[in-house]
Amino acid sequence: MNAVETKTEWETVIGLEIHTELRTQTKLFCGCENNFGAEPNRNVCAVCLGLPGSLPVLNEHAVELAMRIGTALNCTIAPSVMSRKNYFYPDMPKDYQVSQYDLPINLDGSLALPDGSVVGIERAHLEEDTGKNTHVGGGGRIQNADYSLIDYNRAGIPLVEIVSRPDMRSAEQAKAYVSEVRAILVAIGASDGKMEEGSLRVDANVSVRRPGEPFGTRCEIKNVNSIRSLGRAIDYETRRQIELIEGGDSVQQQTRHWNEGEGRTHFGRIKSDADDYRYFPEPDLVPVVPDEAWKTRVANEMPMLPAARRDRLFEISPETHFDTVATVVDAGLDQLVLDVVKAGADARLAINRTANELVNDADAASAVGASTLAQTFQMETDGKLTATQAKTVLGELMALRGGDPQAIADKHGFEPVDTDALAKTVNEIVDAHPDELERLKGGEQKLMGFFVGKIMAATQGKADGKAVQALLRERL
Amino acid sequence: MSEPLSQEVVRHVAELARLDLTDDEVAAFTDQLGAVLGHAADIESLDIADVEPTTHALPLTNVLRKDVVQPGLDRQAVLDQAPASEAGQFRVPKILGEEP
Amino acid sequence: MSHVTKGESVLEIAKSVRSKERKASEVIEAHLTQIESRDQELNAFNLVTRERAMQAARDIDERVANGQEVGPLAGVPVAVKDNLCTTGVDTTCSSRILEGWKPPYDATVVDRIAAAGAVMIGKTNLDEFAMGSSTENSAFGVTHNPHDTSRVSGGSSGGSAAAVAAGFAPIAFGSDTGGSIRQPASFCGVVGIKPTYGLVSRYGLIAFASSLDQVGPLGATVADAAAMLEAIAGHDPRDSTSLPQDAPNLTATMNDGVKGLRVGLVQELSGEGVAPDVAAALQRAADVLQENGAIVSEVSVPAVKFGVTAYYLIAPAEASSNLARFDGVRYGLRKDAENVFEMYDATREQGFGAEVKRRIMLGTYALSAGYYDAYYGKAQRVRTLITRDFATAYESCDVLLSPTAPTTAFKVGEKTSDPLAMYLNDVCTIPTNLAGHPAMSVPFGKDSNNMPIGVQILGPNLSEATLVRAGAVLEANQ
Repeated sequence: MNAVETKTEWETVIGLEIHTELRTQTKLFCGCENNFGAEPNRNVCAVCLGLPGSLPVLNEHAVELAMRIGTALNCTIAPSVMSRKNYFYPDMPKDYQVSQYDLPINLDGSLALPDGSVVGIERAHLEEDTGKNTHVGGGGRIQNADYSLIDYNRAGIPLVEIVSRPDMRSAEQAKAYVSEVRAILVAIGASDGKMEEGSLRVDANVSVRRPGEPFGTRCEIKNVNSIRSLGRAIDYETRRQIELIEGGDSVQQQTRHWNEGEGRTHFGRIKSDADDYRYFPEPDLVPVVPDEAWKTRVANEMPMLPAARRDRLFEISPETHFDTVATVVDAGLDQLVLDVVKAGADARLAINRTANELVNDADAASAVGASTLAQTFQMETDGKLTATQAKTVLGELMALRGGDPQAIADKHGFEPVDTDALAKTVNEIVDAHPDELERLKGGEQKLMGFFVGKIMAATQGKADGKAVQALLRERL
Repeated sequence: MSEPLSQEVVRHVAELARLDLTDDEVAAFTDQLGAVLGHAADIESLDIADVEPTTHALPLTNVLRKDVVQPGLDRQAVLDQAPASEAGQFRVPKILGEEP
Repeated sequence: MSHVTKGESVLEIAKSVRSKERKASEVIEAHLTQIESRDQELNAFNLVTRERAMQAARDIDERVANGQEVGPLAGVPVAVKDNLCTTGVDTTCSSRILEGWKPPYDATVVDRIAAAGAVMIGKTNLDEFAMGSSTENSAFGVTHNPHDTSRVSGGSSGGSAAAVAAGFAPIAFGSDTGGSIRQPASFCGVVGIKPTYGLVSRYGLIAFASSLDQVGPLGATVADAAAMLEAIAGHDPRDSTSLPQDAPNLTATMNDGVKGLRVGLVQELSGEGVAPDVAAALQRAADVLQENGAIVSEVSVPAVKFGVTAYYLIAPAEASSNLARFDGVRYGLRKDAENVFEMYDATREQGFGAEVKRRIMLGTYALSAGYYDAYYGKAQRVRTLITRDFATAYESCDVLLSPTAPTTAFKVGEKTSDPLAMYLNDVCTIPTNLAGHPAMSVPFGKDSNNMPIGVQILGPNLSEATLVRAGAVLEANQ
């Protein structure tokens, strides 16, 4: 961010295109399995290979997931038509892609981000994915390859492309937008949200301008495989464009590829208005015209969205950090937390422990159950377990997918440390190290760790870290 | 759209259509397509901007399929029909340039 | 010059097979023998599937012997246009680009005709990818007219029409995008029906122009064509444009006559450019219908005069996209080259014939940036006009009457140098496809060269039973 912040006279303008594969059983137009990681060309049939004479039939569930996405993004769900986008490329079995063009299923939506800003959604349309080319020889790079191999397993997988308006002004905002969209897609069962596996792909249209001026020429950044990379790529691209303009050059409309290792974007190809895809309505498919009853049913089947779910946690624990709450919600453990709190546990403790100790295995956490977790948290609140001890107990409960926290604590010999005895120990250790005490008083904070370590060792780790620190501060 | 079709336009269209036309073909198609498009002058003059276009002869909507897996094709049988294959995949000469 | 065999009706053949009067294998053998003796002269077939046909016939005979059900068309030979997919049997569209390709599946109609007991005897020639009106645009040579081998058989289903006319098979599959069933039926003196769009599945029909293509029957008689249509029609979940409709019953009412039927002679299709002998036959046909109780009047369908223009923008546009997949990657011909794009260019340049390239060019142009609204978009609006004008005509008429083609079969080579003249030959048949309506061609008399003339009966959507009734009256009174 630093390089960008020093050029305060420049404003970055960002619009994002998010492609998400839909979590259906089958492809968009045929009954082939939609799964990741099958052997090449094992999930293919006449339709998705584009064999002569084959015809597409639209997957109802894919349409409904697209409608859910539109509903979640406050779009108008409209009568839609599939079109053909015509161009030749070996990963496209028909040499056209079936996509929605002038009549997409979802139009004109918006998404509120946690910081309160709102990003406009231009459209969210259905289309089919392409196959996958592998370049053989020349180090696997397209330019130097000897030849290429094609796997059509991915061809015809349903995609929804969510096109934002160019409403974002910083990498941070763009990252927050993608995080929020991803959380929504996962929450409504539309996507697994895995950017690493390519089931969620983000292209960023980035331009710069001086505030108040018209939009500058944009570049489309591709190959961004994580939210962190997205932020880095936008910052890099912003600097590149500013340097170009300040150096007297102009930005050319082009696609550029993010290289994570090198931390820079590379030229892809010139994008121009001469790209002539010869779109026309796909004659092999008929329009999808959702009536009110269908739209209402889809809306009624919508689960609660992440923002509302986060709000439920903030309601019971207003002080908790946003990321902690988001972590719990994204892991799908927010309802469990609410149940745990209802069973008597402290809300803030329950959220923090869930975010730190339970999110990696949500299934196990659910198996352990609300009442057992509530009991464990209560033991910590009551001082029967230190934080460290509580984490140990939680770890065992998770591993065993249940159990009796008291029995686990007993087995480990966890018992509350006598406060007076602890104060005595603290005083003894502090008195034994006067030099270190002076340095700590002088502001050398790392010596806090030195004292805590000594005291924990003296109590065989049974002391509560917080209590130790409180006692130490009393001596300063 | 009323100006005569040029050979440059025909060559550009051939590139879009991925046809490596000979010079003779370019010349012949320029004349023949020009004649067909000339005949299209009869509809050029029609003022029908307010008439809805017909893309389907019959007004079907919402033709959908249940999301149920069906058996596909045997991979070897599919690859046996291909001009070239390798390691369970279709093989093509090197690809110059990224996807448009 | 040549002797044309008129076979017995398909229902008679099937009845005799079912009642063990004769064996399916005898019926099939007789037709195969006929093909082998004469098809060198006509070139109706791209491939004769003798072994497969005889095996299928023997299976039927065995089933009959065992008292099992064998279907309404048991033992009837059927010729299949070579743009319909047949499992494990070469399916070429008469194009070099598909040479050697064996589909891994049957077209729905091929499945259905087999389920009805009919036996495929071979794949018939066509204009490459069904683009043409003479079966001269085939990579495998011209199909000659059985009535005069110096003349064309029409197109694009010329092979199927010639096969039926020559007695090679009493019924054959055609496909009709702008007249490709009706015009060759007319040229060869057989019956051809272009069904309502969506009545017959397109699954497994190699697409030319998807919004216009429709599979249909060619038959030696109205009854044959009707029986075949009954067997192949009806909803198919694999075709999204298939109507949610059962197969119509056509044969039950076939002989009910035309008393009270309101027949409109389409003014725009029966005047200028129609050969005098054809015009005279049309008038006689109208008279015959009137004599049989129909009420004949003249009717105007003004927008049909724009049909050819609209068609020759829409059909090539869809074709340019449908034929993109023939790129040398997954099946068929490949011409190797340094990189994949040069491979595409070379494969398609060498794999497609001149007419296919011409239409791909025309369609690509009509869809390209800057021209879409003027050409493709406008043609789609004209399509609406044509449908509207037909609807108006059908307020006062039950069916319409026109020539199937302005002329009878022309000489081989006569029109190949002038694509536009060839396109204008489709003027009478095209409007039906644009509207999605059904129409049929029935042989009705001959011209001064003794070449068959076809009369076209047109109707609104799903009026096939009415067309068949009218067709039967013309057939009985020619």
